[in-house]
Order: sequence, then C-alpha cells, then structure tokens
Amino acid sequence: MVAYLVRRVLGMFLLLFLLSISVFFLFNILPGDPARLTCGRACAPATIEANRHRLGLDEPVLTQYVKFVSGIFVGRTFSPDSPEPIDCEAPCLGYSFNRHEEVLSLIARAAPVTFWLAIGAFLMWIFAGITFGIFAALRRGRWPDRLIMTVSMIGYSLPSFFIGLVLVFFVIIKWQLLPFPSYVSPFENPGQFFQTMLLPWIVLATLNAAFYVRLTRNQVLEVFGDDYVRTARAKGLPERVVVVKHALRAGLTPIVTAAGLDLAYLLGGAIISENIFSLPGLGSLAINSITDSDLPLITGITLLTASIIIVANLVVDLLYAVVDPRVRIT
Amino acid sequence: MMPSGSSFDRPFLQVTDLAVAFPTEDGLVQAVDGVSLSLERGKTLAIVGESGSGKSVTAQAIMGLINRKAAKISGQIWLDGQELIALPQNEVQELMGSEIAMIFQDPMSSLHPFYRIGDQIIEAIRAHRDIGKAAARSETIDMLRRVGIPAVERRVDAYPHQLSGGMRQRVMIAMALINSPALLIADEPTTALDVTVQAQILELISNLQDEFGTTVILITHDLGIVADVADEVAVMYGGRIVELGRTAMIYERPEMPYTLGLLSSVPRMDKVLPERLDPIRGNPPSPIRLPKGCVFQPRCDYFERVSGGACLTVRPELLPSGPDHFVRCHLRVEERQQIAQDVLRVLAGS
Repeated sequence: MVAYLVRRVLGMFLLLFLLSISVFFLFNILPGDPARLTCGRACAPATIEANRHRLGLDEPVLTQYVKFVSGIFVGRTFSPDSPEPIDCEAPCLGYSFNRHEEVLSLIARAAPVTFWLAIGAFLMWIFAGITFGIFAALRRGRWPDRLIMTVSMIGYSLPSFFIGLVLVFFVIIKWQLLPFPSYVSPFENPGQFFQTMLLPWIVLATLNAAFYVRLTRNQVLEVFGDDYVRTARAKGLPERVVVVKHALRAGLTPIVTAAGLDLAYLLGGAIISENIFSLPGLGSLAINSITDSDLPLITGITLLTASIIIVANLVVDLLYAVVDPRVRIT
Repeated sequence: MMPSGSSFDRPFLQVTDLAVAFPTEDGLVQAVDGVSLSLERGKTLAIVGESGSGKSVTAQAIMGLINRKAAKISGQIWLDGQELIALPQNEVQELMGSEIAMIFQDPMSSLHPFYRIGDQIIEAIRAHRDIGKAAARSETIDMLRRVGIPAVERRVDAYPHQLSGGMRQRVMIAMALINSPALLIADEPTTALDVTVQAQILELISNLQDEFGTTVILITHDLGIVADVADEVAVMYGGRIVELGRTAMIYERPEMPYTLGLLSSVPRMDKVLPERLDPIRGNPPSPIRLPKGCVFQPRCDYFERVSGGACLTVRPELLPSGPDHFVRCHLRVEERQQIAQDVLRVLAGS
C-alpha cells in the first residue's frame, strides 16, 4: 500500500515534469512575440527590447525553463536589475505581464468560480443521471424507459453552447425569469449566486446527465443478469434489498469512478459555459490567456488543470480499491 | 412417482403440466412444455438433458425464480401440500432460501464479489429468521465447517475471489442449507469444477442430504454423475420429459431413442468402445418452432418404423412402460425394447 502510493506519487511528479517541459517548449515555439504584446500598438523597438529583457525572454529557452521550475519551489524575482523588481514567492507559477499580476493569484481568483460551477453541475447530473438511469432500467422496454432514453438521447446530442444560448435567450432575455448573470461568491450573496449559477449548472448537467442516464441504465441491466443477483433472490431477500444492496452496489461502482474523472475534468474549467454566462472562471481565463498570448498564464493554467486530472486519477484508483475488494493495491 | 395421484395423498413434490414460455421479439419461446413429475421426501431426482432442454427453467420455476412479468407460467407445483404457482410473490419469497434452496452452476459468479462470504450467509439466515448477528455468525461458522471449509475462522471473513472454485461451491452449499430447506435444487453444481472436485462436491451434497433429510433435484447434462446419486431420473428434451424412471431402469432398460443416444455419448473408462464416441446427430430443436409431433423426431433414427408418420404429426404422451417407468415415444414397446437391447449390446462391446 505504502509502496504503491510512493510509486504513484513519484510517477505523478514525473508526468507533471514531462508535461511542464512540453507545455513550456510548445508555447515557446508558437508564433507571436510575447515581448511585442506587452506594450501598446505604437511601441518603440527599444521598449520592446527592454521588456524582452525584463521578462527574461532574451535568455535561452532552457534557462527560462529552469527559472520557471525553480520558481515553483523556491520563488523567483522578475526584472531584478530594474528599479522595481517583482517578487514572486514560492510557489511561483510565473507573472503575467499583460495583466500585471502573478499567475497564481489570477488562478486563485478564478478557481472558486469554476469550483462552484463544477460542484453544482456535478451534483445535478449525478443525481438526475443515476436516478433516471435506475428508473429506466427497472422499467426496461416500457414507456418510461423509452421516454427517458429518448430525452437523454436528445440532451446528449445538443451541443452545450446551443442549450446555453437558448436558455439565455428565453429565460433571461425574453421571459426575464432570471437577471443577467453576474458572479458573486455564495458567502457574499447566496441569492444572486444561485440566480447566476442555475443556468450554467443546467447546461453542464444536461450533457453529462444524459450520458450518465445511459451509463447507469446499461450497468444496472447488465448487473441484473449477473449470477449473484439471482443468488440474492434465491435467498428470499426482498426485491428492494436485491436491487439496492446487491445489484446497485456492484453496478454503480464503475459509475462512481467515471464520475470522479469527469468532475476533475470539469474542475479544469468549463470553457463554453463560462463564456456564455460571463463567469470569470478558469475556462474564461484560459481562453483569454490564449487570445492574449499570455504565455505565463497559459503555462500555469495548463499545469494546474493537468495536476487536477492526474491527482483525480490517483484518487479514483484508490477509491476503486476501497469499494471493490477484488482490486488490490500493490 | 407419476404425474397422476389424488389430492389427498399427494407426494412431497408434485409438478403437474408445468409450462413456461417467454415472449420474445422472434416469437414465443416455449422453454418448458408440459412437465409433470413427482418426488417423495428425502429422495433424489436427476433431471438430465442437453442445453436448451428446459431442465434449468423447470428448476427455476419450482424455485420461484422465473420472473412472472417476463414469462407465461401455467400448471401446478405442489410442495408439501402447498401450491406454489398461484402464491403471491411475497409468499414465494418467504419460501425461497428457507423451504426451497438452490445451488447454481457457476460458483465463480454466484457469490457477490463485494461482500465477505460469512456476511452473505448471515444475510441468508437473517432474511428468514429473527436472530442476532452473533448467533447467525456462529451458525454460519458451524455450517462452513460442516461443508468442509478448512480454517473456517479465517475463511469466514474472506471475499469470494480469495477462494478456489470448489471452496466457493462449498460456500454456496452452506448458504443453501443454512435454513434447513426441505427441497434443495442443485443446478449443474459440478459443471464448472475440476473433475476431482466434482466428485467431492457430489459426495458432500449426498452426505448432507442424508444428514438433513433433504429432498434433492439434481439438474445435469452429465449422465456419468447421475447413477451414483439419483434415485430417479427424468430425461428432458425440447421442454418435455421424454423418459422417467428409477435410475437403474433408465440405465439398464432405457427405451426412448434420445436416452439411448445420451447413453451412447457418455465416454466410458471401463470399456473399449468398438468405434469412436457416437454423438446424436443434428441439433436440438428451436424452442420457438418445436416440431408438431415428437420433439425428437428430426434427430431420431427410428421414426420411420412408426406407421402412418405419427412421429411427425401426433404429439406422443408420457405413458407407463412397466413399473415405475414412463416413456414418451410412438414406437411399440417391444420394438423400442429391442432397439435398446441392440444399442446397449454394442455399447457393452459384445
């Protein structure tokens, strides 16, 4: 167990290391000159060169990378020879010269928005997906099953930007049931928070719920044909116990682990939903950083998102061993 | 042992005209087509037949495991004076696991992979009896010991995947017998096991049967294991019983050509066969389109000996052919006995 954890964590760091290299070098060979972007339209070549030096972009790529990585562990100082050096304490993910702010604090501001978006949508789609999936499975082939399957097929086929725009148009603009979204922290103004988040949650939940309905239904139907469910019936257990304790316990395990990975993926930012509803989350930040060629910010967000997914993978694997005794961690 | 009998003097188990059909998109699958049999308390009946003969469905119908919404069931099943098919679901559920218990073919997949074996047996106890966890646990340990699980105190908390196939089938047997059922249905209990383990499991079932006075229905496709354990044998084909009788009768004086075919296809260690093994030609009939007359006619070598082509058009009935011996065949008794003698003589290698 301990050996397994050590091995996995080491592997995790190796993966992040390789990822940071590829992200860093990939963005450095992209066209576009970050130094050129740091000052306005009319910019003297001398200023650009000065900025290039301040950003450290005149140094070899390898040196830049080493400084970047060491910044994460020990912090670093940007433009040390200028009159106003910028101190970036560990863990320093870089400094955005477009936004004149540390990457970490930009991310720290956007992350809660994405977190709430992801958690809310996650709870919605898990609840709806699993409930309707089980319901459909228990009424297989009859009209409730067909109705649920049809609706979920439609939900699954609609792109989220389409659902999002339709909802914005009708619910907010035409019928004015909800105010225009404007994000506030749930601790500050819960009412406005829920009014803002409701539609984005629905948009994100629809797509995933549709998928989980089908996944759950198939899992449950498959498990119902399994021998141990028949054994449970043959013991004379009430049908409810057969379904919940025997069939669902086995059938939902893979769903729980799939859900863990999907949640992690969402925690990295929901680009489309955040943009439609003007939510200042990681997805919006990522898109903006790309359009601005804000290299330090792009690198930071990519590494963070990757870390979340890698960690979630580990957690899901450990979780699997907890719920399924056949899975042994060695 | 026969289908008939007055309602006053009913045998322990009596099945009358049992039919089970499953509606499918391709048509009605007639899995069991008028099965009648009876069994005295404490005896063992072997139901023999190949895949698709309806033997497992018959067993599951007796057990109450057929989903009544998904299947059409008709006929009567009397167990100890109680008719089961008309019973409401909750009463069937009470009987399952207490009065009637079942052992399944594949012990690998019949135990729940997520629960400890002890807990699974305890659950079976507490589904029917109002006793505490500790008492149920000690009873479970006791039963596991009786079915021959070594180091029980440790194994009781093992998960199924930590046990071998034979051990798992012993656990299944312990689970089935834990509430002292009057009727035990063993559906191919040894098919998934190694040959050496097969004998042990059969012996175990047989010993426990003597100990508990349990009545046993043994479902199998393997005639080789029947002779030692069964008092009576029912040979099933195409959803019908085609021959029924005391075990010795079926082995020594079989009459139905299908039974002869089964006996000829059993590998024998003690005799050198004149030729290679003699399988029955052709395939079992589709349960959606059963032949109009005799279900075995398309594969039968002798149907032309029956005048008027009755085998093709007239459904034969299961009729007495001597004491405790019933056969479903249009051939005249003397004729089929003659055929059987010829076949058995070849088998005996004389």
